[in-house]
Amino acid sequence: MYFLLARVFQATIVMLCVALVGFLVFQFVGDPVLSLVGQETTVEDREALRESLGLNDPILVQYARYVVNAVQGDFGISYSFNRDVSEMIADRLPATVELVLLSGVLSLLLAIPAGIYTGIRRKGGIAQTIMAISVIGVSIPSFLLGILLILVFSVWLNWLPSFGRGDLATMLGVRSSLFTWDGLSHALMPAAVLCLFQLGVILRLIRAEMLEVLRTDYIRFAWARGLPGKRVYFGHALKNTLVPVVTAIGLQLSSLFAFSIITELVFQWPGMGSLLLHAIGQSDIPLLAAYLIFVGLVFTISNLVVDAIYVLIDPRIRHGAL
Amino acid sequence: MSHILCETKDLKITFPHRLGDFTAVHGFDLQVRRGEIVGLIGESGAGKSTVGNAIMGLLSHPGQVSGGRIELEGENLVDLPDAAKARMRGRRIGMIFQDPMTSLNPLMTVGGQLAESIAVLQNIPKAQARRMAIERLAGVGIAEPANRMDQYPHEFSGGMRQRVVIALAMAGDPDLLIADEPTTALDVSVQKQVLDLIKSICVERSLGVILVTHDMGVIAETADRVYVMRHGALVETGPTAQVIQTPSERYTKELIAAIPSIERREERFRNPVKKTGEIDQWLLQGHKDKGSGDYVTASALTKDFATKKKSFWGKAGTFRAVDIPGLIIKRGEVLGLVGESGSGKSTLGRMMTGLLPPSSGEVAYGDHGILAEVRSRAARKALRRDVQVVFQDPYSSLNSRMRVDQILAEPIRFHGLADRHDIPRLVGALLERVGLPAEAGRKFPHQFSGGQRQRICIARALSVRPRFLLCDEPTSALDVSIQADMLALLMELRRSLGLTMLFVSHDLAVVRQVSDRVAVMKRGEIVECREAEALYDAPKSSYTRMLLDTAPRATRRQ
Repeated sequence: MYFLLARVFQATIVMLCVALVGFLVFQFVGDPVLSLVGQETTVEDREALRESLGLNDPILVQYARYVVNAVQGDFGISYSFNRDVSEMIADRLPATVELVLLSGVLSLLLAIPAGIYTGIRRKGGIAQTIMAISVIGVSIPSFLLGILLILVFSVWLNWLPSFGRGDLATMLGVRSSLFTWDGLSHALMPAAVLCLFQLGVILRLIRAEMLEVLRTDYIRFAWARGLPGKRVYFGHALKNTLVPVVTAIGLQLSSLFAFSIITELVFQWPGMGSLLLHAIGQSDIPLLAAYLIFVGLVFTISNLVVDAIYVLIDPRIRHGAL
Repeated sequence: MSHILCETKDLKITFPHRLGDFTAVHGFDLQVRRGEIVGLIGESGAGKSTVGNAIMGLLSHPGQVSGGRIELEGENLVDLPDAAKARMRGRRIGMIFQDPMTSLNPLMTVGGQLAESIAVLQNIPKAQARRMAIERLAGVGIAEPANRMDQYPHEFSGGMRQRVVIALAMAGDPDLLIADEPTTALDVSVQKQVLDLIKSICVERSLGVILVTHDMGVIAETADRVYVMRHGALVETGPTAQVIQTPSERYTKELIAAIPSIERREERFRNPVKKTGEIDQWLLQGHKDKGSGDYVTASALTKDFATKKKSFWGKAGTFRAVDIPGLIIKRGEVLGLVGESGSGKSTLGRMMTGLLPPSSGEVAYGDHGILAEVRSRAARKALRRDVQVVFQDPYSSLNSRMRVDQILAEPIRFHGLADRHDIPRLVGALLERVGLPAEAGRKFPHQFSGGQRQRICIARALSVRPRFLLCDEPTSALDVSIQADMLALLMELRRSLGLTMLFVSHDLAVVRQVSDRVAVMKRGEIVECREAEALYDAPKSSYTRMLLDTAPRATRRQ
């Protein structure tokens, strides 16, 4: 428990630092007053505006105010859309979440069994084929793969729609496009593109860890104890591979959240990635800062979850022996 | 005599390799009866573990039995299909490995692993297996077994873990137990308890035991009969007492002669033949003072290590690893430092050489003054030149990316001890001085055996003309015959060069051979520090007596 409390404490400090960077963007990239008012505003009016916006306060006070607002979900108003930034993120978030979930679940479902299999039968024909595919998955750039998929499945075969997000439906109070056939058919290709890369990385990691663990004394002893292969591989070996694998999965999934930009662009997916592209194009500083903090939050939370899983997996961490 | 339980007949084991097959074992015959402990002894590479693994059907890839038979109650195991071999493991043959620290799955409770084995091997439901597991833990001498069931391996000490490993190996009530170096990683006092446990199980269940080890002392204390192996073949076999007292083969004689005795200091180590190489003149240069007196003095020395915090707001605790009022090493003396693992002997050695700063107290050198007050660059450099270390593991203490001559030349160059053109000649002479050919310098460390590497480590330490040498378990990683050579070399160098030495080891017999005085450590404190011979012959502290009594010995004084 102590371990987790310490991690939560550290995570809070990390988030404060991220917020500081987000806050500093305002300080250094242009004068917010200039971007709010027109040419004809008098110096006195500008000064009054500056005072009422609190821009003359000490910088620490401004930072504290920014953090307090951010915690309440208030990131200011977008310059280019003139809308609440948090509202815009809330609009776009579900699309990205469903894409990440779909591709994450797909890649885990494929990578874990394939990783274990290639770890155990590393010389077999099937294992070699899987490894070859995973190399392709890791090395093909996602935009190229996306365009190829569109060419094959949308243009030639005309099976799947080539862009956009499909119809929405509500199930158990959650509104998502994954609950309709149309929505699924829209999400399938972008999810597959995101999945293939994750798949390669996670699969190779699980395989390498399996090879490592299968050489250890306690696995040799498990064989000598007369345990059947199923138990040795799944009961003893797999669990011991999980700590590094969970770390990698956590990092991979959070980077999906933050940086699925190219895939979203290729498939015209209305998610966070396309929002970021727009914000950069328009120098929309409130939006950029909020995005930065959002990405920081996703990474911090996923690392926190990973740490919590460590504690569940490894008793030595639970007892502070490591 | 009861009938034979397990037998190997003309056993051949081959490891196929693209440059030609390597035959690890050729034509080995062994017999085990019920209720009998058979010792299998040999040095590293003798093939003794390979025989054990082959009987178990767990030869490491790509090894295979290429000839002969392995019979268990008349049934040939070699021809069995893999599935049948797997069914035999645990049920008919149990095995325990060397290192109890790594033999258990760290993520599963001890009880969970034991109950799992019992449930699988005896084909009974989990709840019943769990009840049996508690009985079995009690049976191997684990106190409060019901409570300890739900603990993880890291909460057990080494000896306790090895007891758990034995319970696991016995979970399927096998007829034969193969114990591969079961006590090598344990302290002597714990070693004796574990061996006693194996002996009592062997008698109670009329179990056949094959005890694989490199330690003649363990064999002498435990085995009924012994097989001596070398280069994958049998050298000699017979009842243990007969083989040890009247060995008939030359190799066995040498092997037994090489074992340092805990009973007496042998003449060859006490008065080594003094040699003088051409290099000795160079090595002795700059050593003007030949005086007596104290070389290193430690006073009120302590070392604390921080322990993990117990709670979020709690303070980190400290663990006092070393706490001694004082320790003196006289000029030209060898001080032996013995103790069990965790006694703080290595920590003390590292503080005495300045490798580790003490938490309080000070270390002073006769030539340099108080260590902490040697501040100037030049003075520190001179101090470091005088104090050198030979570490335990010769495999990890040499930079594997450097050639041996580079390894030896570097310190000479750094301290500016010789002209650049003379260095290659000096390096060659140094290698010859420690018993290696001068051409060895052109090779890399991995091309040498463990004993040769330790010679390189000694040459490296000598290359800066030191006055004081810390030897931290210098022979623990070596075979016994090489250990004897290494001790002889160290003693000869010490006599020829007048070195002062601190010799740290857990092996009481080795320490007796080399030390003038011995300090015994227990939990960070020195319990006894006296002249070596007096201490060994009449130990004053009960702890020293316990250590001496539990140390296994190949030959007992009649």
